[in-house]
This record gives sequence, C-alpha cells and structure tokens, in this order.
Amino acid sequence: MAPRDTALGDVDAVVAAALGAAERLGVREASVRVEEIREQVVALRDGSLEAARDRTEVGVGLRVVHGGSVGFAATADLSTDAAASLAAQAVEAARVVASAQRRPVELAPEPPHGTVTWTSPHRVDPVDVPQADKVARLEAWSRRLLDAPGVDHVAAAVQAVSETKVYGDLAGTHATQRRVRVHPHLVATALDDAGGFETMRTVAPPVGRGWEYLDGEGWDWDAELDRLPEQLAEKLASPSVEPGRYDLVIDPTNLWLTIHESIGHATELDRALGYEAAYAGTSFATPDGLGSLAYGSDVVHVVGDRTQEHGLATVAIDDEGVEAQSFDLIRDGVLAGYQLDRATAAVAGRDRSNGCAFADSPLHVPIQRMANVSLQPAPGDGPSTEELIGGVERGLYVVGDRSWSIDMQRYNFQFTAQRFYRIERGRLVGQLRDTAYQGTTTEFWGSVEAVGGRSTYLLCGAFNCGKGQPGQVAPVSHGAPSVLVRGVNVLNTKAEGGR
Amino acid sequence: MSPPGGLAPPGDVVEAGLAASRGAGCVVLVHDRSEADVRFAVNRTTTNGVRRARTVTVATLGEVDGRATLGVASRSGAVDVTDLVRAAEAVAAASAPVDDAAPLLGGTVDGDFGEAPGTTDLSVLADVVAGLGGAFDRAEAANRVLAGFATHEVETTHVGTSEGLRRRHVQPTGSLEVVARTADGTGSAWASVGTADFADVTTEALEAELDRRLAWGARRVEVPAGRHAVVLPPSAVADLMVYLWTALGGQDAEDGHTVFSRPGGGTRVGDELSGRALQLRSDPAEPGLACAPFLATSSSSANVSAFDNGLAHERTAWIDGGRLERLLYHRAGAARHGARAASPIGNLVLEEPGAAGTTEDLVSRTERGLLVTCLWYIREVDPATLLLTGLTRDGVYRIEDGEVTGAVTNFRFNESPVDLLGRAADVGATVRTLGREFSEVLNRTAMPPVRVDDFNMSTVSPAS
Repeated sequence: MAPRDTALGDVDAVVAAALGAAERLGVREASVRVEEIREQVVALRDGSLEAARDRTEVGVGLRVVHGGSVGFAATADLSTDAAASLAAQAVEAARVVASAQRRPVELAPEPPHGTVTWTSPHRVDPVDVPQADKVARLEAWSRRLLDAPGVDHVAAAVQAVSETKVYGDLAGTHATQRRVRVHPHLVATALDDAGGFETMRTVAPPVGRGWEYLDGEGWDWDAELDRLPEQLAEKLASPSVEPGRYDLVIDPTNLWLTIHESIGHATELDRALGYEAAYAGTSFATPDGLGSLAYGSDVVHVVGDRTQEHGLATVAIDDEGVEAQSFDLIRDGVLAGYQLDRATAAVAGRDRSNGCAFADSPLHVPIQRMANVSLQPAPGDGPSTEELIGGVERGLYVVGDRSWSIDMQRYNFQFTAQRFYRIERGRLVGQLRDTAYQGTTTEFWGSVEAVGGRSTYLLCGAFNCGKGQPGQVAPVSHGAPSVLVRGVNVLNTKAEGGR
Repeated sequence: MSPPGGLAPPGDVVEAGLAASRGAGCVVLVHDRSEADVRFAVNRTTTNGVRRARTVTVATLGEVDGRATLGVASRSGAVDVTDLVRAAEAVAAASAPVDDAAPLLGGTVDGDFGEAPGTTDLSVLADVVAGLGGAFDRAEAANRVLAGFATHEVETTHVGTSEGLRRRHVQPTGSLEVVARTADGTGSAWASVGTADFADVTTEALEAELDRRLAWGARRVEVPAGRHAVVLPPSAVADLMVYLWTALGGQDAEDGHTVFSRPGGGTRVGDELSGRALQLRSDPAEPGLACAPFLATSSSSANVSAFDNGLAHERTAWIDGGRLERLLYHRAGAARHGARAASPIGNLVLEEPGAAGTTEDLVSRTERGLLVTCLWYIREVDPATLLLTGLTRDGVYRIEDGEVTGAVTNFRFNESPVDLLGRAADVGATVRTLGREFSEVLNRTAMPPVRVDDFNMSTVSPAS
C-alpha cells in the first residue's frame, strides 16, 4: 500500500521540534503524536441526499510526565514553532497540577521499537471514493428497499475514516501508522394503519476494511438487502412478547454489544482502580478478583487483542509507544486479566502495559481504551447456530443490536435487538415485538451453556465507544460466536412504558 | 494570550474564502476553540490539557438540472482556504441535488467581526486546582475518594456568506463536577456546577453538598424495584429534557416515526402533553445561559441546513402551556410542511410559571418516596413513545414523611420523558443545572425539580 498524501507536511521536523524542546526543558518522559484524520459521512433519506460531511483534522499533541505529574498541550497549528512551543505549555500544565498532586504519576517501562511503519489491510481507501459514487451506491440500495412492498421510508448512510498517525517519543520509538475503517448502514421503516411503525437496520458490522467492503468483500450485502423488507413486514405484524424467563440464542450481531458493555469496559484497569469514577464509571471486577472471580461459565474464554485482522482497535504501536498484543481477559470463566495503559500498569505493579492507550484526536491526551475484546468460539467444529436453537424448548433467538444501557459498575444491563425470534421446541416460529433482555453480568455469563463453533463467529463492533473527559470516542471490534444462555429475564417494553 | 502564530485571523480567512469562491454562493465558517482542563481521581490529578483547535468549513452552492447542489469541505489547522473552496466546489459540481436549498442569508454584519478569537488557559482553573489539594487531604482524612473534572473552553465562531452576512460569537463554557466515594465503595455522591468563567466556583461549596449526601448514606435501607414516588432533582430533569429536545425533529415526525408523529399523518404540534402549564424553551438571550444568537453549522441534516448559516435564533418555546408548540425544521423543510423554521439553540429551560420550591422543598412535600441524585446511561428503547432506559447513579435516598431517612440501592428505570411531563405531580422553581450524562451535549440548562408519583424503577442495580 503506497503512502498516503497528507496535509501533515514535514512530520519528522514537527516531531523533532516538540521532543527537542521538551528535552531542553529537562523532560525525560515525552511523547508526541502528529495526526491527520479524514472523516466522511454521506446520508440519504428516502433516496435523496440529506447530508454530506468531509472533514480533515490535523494537529500535534505533546504529553510529558514531569515532576511527578502529567502535562499535555496540543494545537492544530503544524508549524515547527508551534510544535516546539507545546513543550513549555505541557511543562507548565504539569507544574500547575503539581500543587494538588499527592502521589507521583509513573509509567510502566516499554522498550524502544525504533522505526515502525504499518498500514491496516485494505484495497481502496474509502475516503478516496468520490462523494458522488457514495451517493450512487446508497441511492441504489435505498431504491431497492423502497421498491419493496411495505417499506415506507429508508435512511441510508456510510461513514468512512482514514487516519494517519505519526508517533515519536524520547525513548526512541518512531511509528507511522495508517488505518481505515468504513460503516455503511440502512434503516427501513414500515408504518401501519393504526399509526404505529417498526424499523429494521442492517446488521452488517463496521469494519477495518476499505471500500471493497461495500462490493461484498466481508459481507453479503445483496443477501441482507433482499431479506430486510420481508423481515420488517414480519416484525410489524408480529405479536408482543410475553415477559418472563427465556433461554436465549444470541447471534454475534447482538452479542458483541453485550460483550462490549459487560466485559470490555469492566476489564479496563483504569475503571477498576477508580480513575473513571466521575464519568464512565468503575467496575465490579476489582483487582482482588484477578484469578478467582467467577465471571462466567467454563465455556467463556474472552481475549483482548490489538492485532486482530480488520479489527477497529488494531494497530502496531499504541499511543504510548507500546507494541500491540493479545492477552486473556477471562479464561475458563475466571477473570484472568485487564486492559492496561502504562500509568495503570505501573499502579498495578506490572512490568509492562499491554498496549491499550489511545487518543481519538491529536488534540486529546491518550487514555486507556478498549482493545478488540472477543469471545472465543468452541474449539473444533463446535455447534452451529441451528444446533444451538435446536437445544431450546422455549426461548428467543436474538439478532442485531439496537438499544443498550448498563450501570456504572457494569452489573445491570438491558439490551434490545433488531429481531427477536420465538423458539418453540427447537424451531424458529416467527418474530416478537416490544422485547428487551435484562441481566446482571456474572449471572448472565454464568448462564452460558454453550458457545457456537468457528462457523458462527463474526467480528462486529462500533465506531463510537465513549470514555474520558473531555469525551473521546474510539472504534473497537468484538468477535463472538452464537451462544446459548439459559433463563434470561425478558421484558415487554410497552408494559415497561405503562401501556 | 495571543493566538497561535501559524493561524491567520479568522475574519481574514472568511473573507479570503468568499473572495476565492466562483460558484453561485458560498458560506465560510471558522470555529476556533481554546480549552483547558484538569481531571482527577483517587485523590490525585490524573490528566490535563491545554489545546487550540481551528476548523474551517466551506459550503459552496452548485446546480444540476436546475436543482441546487451543495459541496461542503472542512479542514482543521492552518488551512489554505482557496484550496478548500476548490474542494467544496468540486463536490458541489458532482453532487446529487439536495432538498434543503434556500437563499443564503445576508444583511447582518457584527462590528467585532475582525477581532481575534477568544482564548483560555489553565490560569482560569488555578483556584480550583489549589482547592483540590486541600480537598484531597480532607477526603483522605475522612476515608473518602474524590474524582472529577474541571474544564473551561472558549469557542469563537465566525460566519460569512457571499450575500454579505458577517457574524461572530464568543462562547465561554465551563464546569466542575466532583464524585465522592467512600473508601469501601459502598457509598457515593455527585455534585456539579456550570459556569462561564469560574469566578463563582469553589471546591468547598461542592464538598459541602457531597458531605451532606454521604451523611444520608450512613443508614442504608432496602427498597424493592417497582413504581415509586420519585423526586427528580434539576440535574436528572435536565438529562431527560435534553433527550426529549433531541427528539424534536420535524422531518422525522412528519415521516411518522417519532413520538411527535400524529397517527395517520402530520405531527402532534398543538397536542397537550401535560395538564400543567409547563414551558420548554430555548432563548439565546436567556439570563445566565446566553448562547450564540445565530445558526452556525458545518453540515446539513434532517432538520438543520448549511444553507441557513447565520439564521438569527429567536426565543422558541418547544412546549408552551403544556402543549407541543414547535419542532425543528430548516427553512426549506418548514416551507414544505407549512411550519415555522426553528434550529437548535444552545440552551434549554423547563419552567412552570409560579412554581416554587427547591429539591429539598419537594422532598418535604413528599410523604413516601425516593430522591434521586442523577441519571446515567440513558438510551432510547422505543421511539414511538420515546421510552428511555437508564440508571440512577451516585445516591438514591428514601423519603419518609418529608425527610430523607436513608440511602437505598440504585435502580434501572424505563420511562418516557414525554409521559413524565404529563404525570408530574409536583414541580419546583427552575434553577441552572448540569445534566450528569448530557452536559457535554448541552451545558446551559435550567430545570426545576419534579416529583412523579409512579416512576418505573424496573429492576435493582447492585452498583454503588
């Protein structure tokens, strides 16, 4: 993949200016990021162009650890003078907060990695596809849905991101990384005669791929768009769910979000230590449970991985100069590890971070963010989704994420879905409406009776995981097989709303 | 503090962009943002930052088959605005027609248009940082752990159109929020304050509020899930009303798929949502909550149009006298649907004329119920009713005979803010507040405390 033309100019000079100025001020721990992030959004309503954004963000950010405190300064000005001036600003920031500092900040060590160049695998950078071509693709897909019986409205959009990040530190790592991601999605709406409506969204996940994803590489768009109108019509005509306890077979297009909320965030060490207590929250999975907390049944094996191909959180070097790694979070159902950045690794007495630092902008300081956190499929052939459904007497098959919510310690969650299918005596017998499932994290994962085999595994995810203050968003993937969970609490959302 | 040397004066950037435009019309926006913040947790400062950002956006008009097109391009940093104009023109020339076209606005020229952007730095937070040192010491002594965030930003917006409009607005925004947790993790409390300049903020005031709430938690009682009389303080009301405000899109309502759609077609404008004389409004001149008096948007959406840049904001009652009064429409959408154009304004106020009383007064007027501190992780479950789910956070307290008598567990709720307006049993006086979850979306809110007698606490959350 050829290097991309960027607006970054002489990046090496900017990196050298910032680090050199910091070194001259006596700083021994400094890292700088120079970035260009191009983000495009094209959105159509009922086949007509409604919104188009094409934004390129550039900037340089310098972090120092000086006198026991962190200092961070950043600017959108990419001149070497501006980059050099960041050193004094960052040192001043560290000095200001030092008056309230009661214990020095330390970073776990990381060996220098020299010069690193890495590009995420893709064929066509999605931001290089002309806007007119994006509109044409979405318009054709929209028309296809609008022409189907029962579809009244269609919203279609594609988000495309291409980011170039140059990282340098005083230890001797200089990494140039480029990655792309794309997320097309369509929502069809059907109205009924009584003034009600239902919607259905495509479940195709966002991916770390190029425009080739829309041409069918990694997803069968024709098959999904062909089925969607019929699925929507069935949903609009379906009965309301009877609340109670059900066995659930959950498809990876829904389960990824449950993994994200109840495992991904709960195994972030900064949360477990209280560093997010004011905002994102803490975690029930505190460090005293490492190696002993029964997180789930013994088929639950969850891995954090910043190296997974096409993963949205995949890199070669993280935003603190740490090499990307893969590591266990839950093994045989027991809490086995945490996601770390260098500061939390030091607090926990670890000899190294596992590479989970990320900043969503050159103007933001890196914080601990999520790796691709994935539930592993059953070894060998494992059961298919149909075989899992076949083992259920009375239950629901859950497909596609929709709404989500979880408490600040990651115990109590509630999720809805694009489709809930009723299972009777091992067979699907139509959809249900007004459905949500609720659970408590360890009870839910402890009720996982079986995980599907490799054939059921799918890498899903999101572009917009939020954390930190000021708020940062991070892209992250979650792989999962289908799973069978026994005895989950299912709500009727109309009844919850008092109707 | 002077602006960064590599960034040209924003007024000059606007003029250069407009001069470079060769199309049928052009809008140039320059957003300069200066920020300083300090974050703290586990009784120590953690991260901080000072940063300068600039984004330049150019929107140029084109035409295809007699219909309007729009090309938009945005870049940050020291932008070659002529290059950006050419990029936007190239998009406009190849674009599909758009449905939000309207004549660009002219007329108003702000006298300060040529002035430099506003700035801030960590000196604004110096007193807060100094106060934090003592607060950490007191927390350690009391076996408590503090976490929080202090932030100040100054955003300067310049908008110019090829029709002669030149608008400039400087918006300072700040907030301090603090969570205090008991060292054993069984109790927590949250307090916050919004401010323009931190002149009116002390850490001691927030510490006193946290002390009071943690003292309530000394006695813990069990209350099961179910429907309870719940006193929602202004912060919790703010988060619910901000969510309602985001659902006010006129086009989605016209298309039949929001809570404000009328069955059979059209919208519910004019419908009574509450038997109380509640008013939900936005007003750029709202005392203490002043915000930009004109629209500045870098892209179009269902209800907001880049063609409308510079459109003057007016005091807008979304709900008045308990009735749904206005929805969001851009000018083209408003013309299509026979409605008045209304764009998002940077503040939100819920008020009942003549209502009196603080949160404590509502507690004293409640025989038996729950007092919530704030709400968290609020998400939409059902757009047809705007049913939301979410959780209570950092303190829920039992009320008996008008007194707080102990702390209870947290709960997951399932409720619609539209329904809650219709079921409000008691409403207090409106005060400035910060929502716990959505203050980053909308910092400038003023809300009353509200009691709802059958609030649906769906399940218990063991989180503390």
